[in-house]
Parts: sequence; structure tokens; C-alpha cells
Amino acid sequence: MTDTSILPPQSGEAGFGDYFALLKPRVMSLVVFTALVGLLVAPVPVHPMVAFASVLFIAIGAGASGALNMWWDADIDQIMKRTKGRPVPSGRVTPGEALQIGMWLSCFAVVMLLLSANPVAAGLLAFTIFFYAVVYTMWLKRWTPQNIVIGGAAGAFPPMIGWAVATGGVSVESVLMFALIFMWTPPHFWALALFMKSDYADAGVPMLTVTHGRRETRRQILIYTLILVPVALGTGLTSIGGPLYMAVALVLNLAFLKGAVDIWRRKEEEAEADGYAVEKKVFRLSLYYLFLHFGALLAQAVLRVYGIGGW
Amino acid sequence: MAFGKDHELHQRRFGRNLWVGACLLGFVAIVFGLTVVKVTRDGPIEGFDHTVRPQMTEGAK
Repeated sequence: MTDTSILPPQSGEAGFGDYFALLKPRVMSLVVFTALVGLLVAPVPVHPMVAFASVLFIAIGAGASGALNMWWDADIDQIMKRTKGRPVPSGRVTPGEALQIGMWLSCFAVVMLLLSANPVAAGLLAFTIFFYAVVYTMWLKRWTPQNIVIGGAAGAFPPMIGWAVATGGVSVESVLMFALIFMWTPPHFWALALFMKSDYADAGVPMLTVTHGRRETRRQILIYTLILVPVALGTGLTSIGGPLYMAVALVLNLAFLKGAVDIWRRKEEEAEADGYAVEKKVFRLSLYYLFLHFGALLAQAVLRVYGIGGW
Repeated sequence: MAFGKDHELHQRRFGRNLWVGACLLGFVAIVFGLTVVKVTRDGPIEGFDHTVRPQMTEGAK
């Protein structure tokens, strides 16, 4: 955890942007997109004002868990190149401030979501914050190389919360949207880990590529992709799916599966020789993969409004 | 008497305060909007104004 004695002293007064950076805006944008899709594909219409406010509070809750993560991980963030510029390790914001902002915004987001939506959505948001800040960041991140699998669950909750805002409950559709992001995270992240020279090992964070080797990482990418494919196609058979989603999902899953097989079959020497071309291609594809699946679900919901496109 | 130029720290603090103010105003607007939506969700509200109106009786429903 954070040992304030090893952090640089605070360099002057922090600006608003420094506090905003604590909320991990890039992660928040993905949360907004997936939560909005979860909310809009639900069969119950939501008033635009309630939808806007609810998605905003979900994003603030996600941001708050990011601030708590930065507070706890300030010591290892300072070691890694990718994270040493963050507000706490760079000294622009004190760890105490990050903790305060994280805690207060968490409470604020959960209470406001309870008032704007319903107890189920608020409860799911509270659990997501707890899961990311405590289960992932404090317990598992530095303990097991499966950390990315478990951490992926926190990123998978937003569409489920969006669905709960509209329906007030949990159903097979929302569980499948959760499963889609949950199963997508490991191959997405490990494809990146194969070609990025990371300094996780220096920071004492166990990564699969280091603890079990690159051969095993390639095998795990294929295993998780094999589980991901039926989840993605199965989503298309539920009430939120339809021919358009199914067509998009078929093309994307065939391409992603081929990519995962290619990664699995490659030897490390071949990858090094061509500068990890296949791994980079699969990583790029994984970004489109998630965006287009959720985009197709949204398009399917729009078509349904006009009475076309559903099963 | 002319005031001296603001120190960079004061400018930064002013910018921060401006943003906090904007956030608070936004929050007030959101709470107001949510209140209007939730209160008017079940149609217009008719209060009892100490005069019995026919449309308020059970028979009129």
C-alpha cells in the first residue's frame, strides 16, 4: 500500500485537472459507453433526464474507485514508467486527498444513483466500487497472475448497472453483457502484455507473462477466446440480439478466434522476428471487437423502435 | 492604488474554484431536473385548496 515517506513532496497546489485525472477519464469513457448501451437496450424506456443523471453517477462511481486505486497503488505507480506521471506519484496530489476524494465521491455516486434510479442499480454500483478498490486493488492485484481476469469483472459491471437503472433488476441479457466484457478482458490485456515491455515485475505485480511464461500466456489467450465466442454469439439469441448483431458478432468472433489461434501457434522467435505483428493486430482487433459488439446491440435497439431488426 | 499582478498560484486557485463552482451549479441543475421529472411522472399534481371540486371526488375518476 501507499507509503507516503517514499513519495515526492507535493509540488504546489493542484489544479482541477489534477483532481479530474484521479478519476481515470479514459476508463470513465468506456464505462459511460457500456452503461449507456445497457440502459438503452433494456425493454423499459427511461426518461432522458433520469438516463443522463444515472449514467453520470455511474461514471462518477467508476472514477471514485479509480481514485482509491491511485491512492493505494501510489508506491508501485511511482516505479512504472506508464504510471509515474499520475497525480499522486508525481506529487501534484497528496495520497490523503486521493483517499478523501475517492471515499466521498463513492458515497455521493451510490446515494445519488439510489435517488435517481433504484436500489438494485445503486447496490450494483456500490459492489463494483468495493470490488475494484478492495478485492482487486488491495487483495488480488499483487498476489495472483490471474489479477487481470478478476479485475476485468469490475470493468464488466457498468452495462449491468445501466440495465438495472431501466429494469430495476438483473436478467440473462445483462449477465451476458457482463460476461462479454469479463471474458474479453484477459485476451485483450494479455495480447498487449506480449508485445509491451512492461515494468510490472519491477513493481512486484505478478503478470502471467512473467510468472508462467509467454508460452502459457499464448495458451490462456486461446482458452479465454474459446469461452468468449459462445458468450458473444449467445447474447445475439436473447431479446437484445437480432440479425444485425448476429452478423456483426459472427464476423468479429471468427476474426478474433483466428487471431487467438495464430497467437497460440506462434513461437516466441517468430514473434520477435516480425516485431510482434500478429499480437499487435489482435490487440487492435480486440478494441474494435468490444466497441462494435456494443455498437451493434445499440443499433439493434434503435431498429427495434421502428419495428424492424429483432428476432 | 493599483493592485499587483496575481501570482500564478492565485490564478490556478481561481481556475480551480471556477470549476468547483461550475460542478456545484451542474449538480443543482441535475437535482432540479430529476425532481421535476419524478414529481410530474404521474401527471399534473392537483392540491386540495379548501374547496371541494367535482373532479377530485371518487365518482369523477
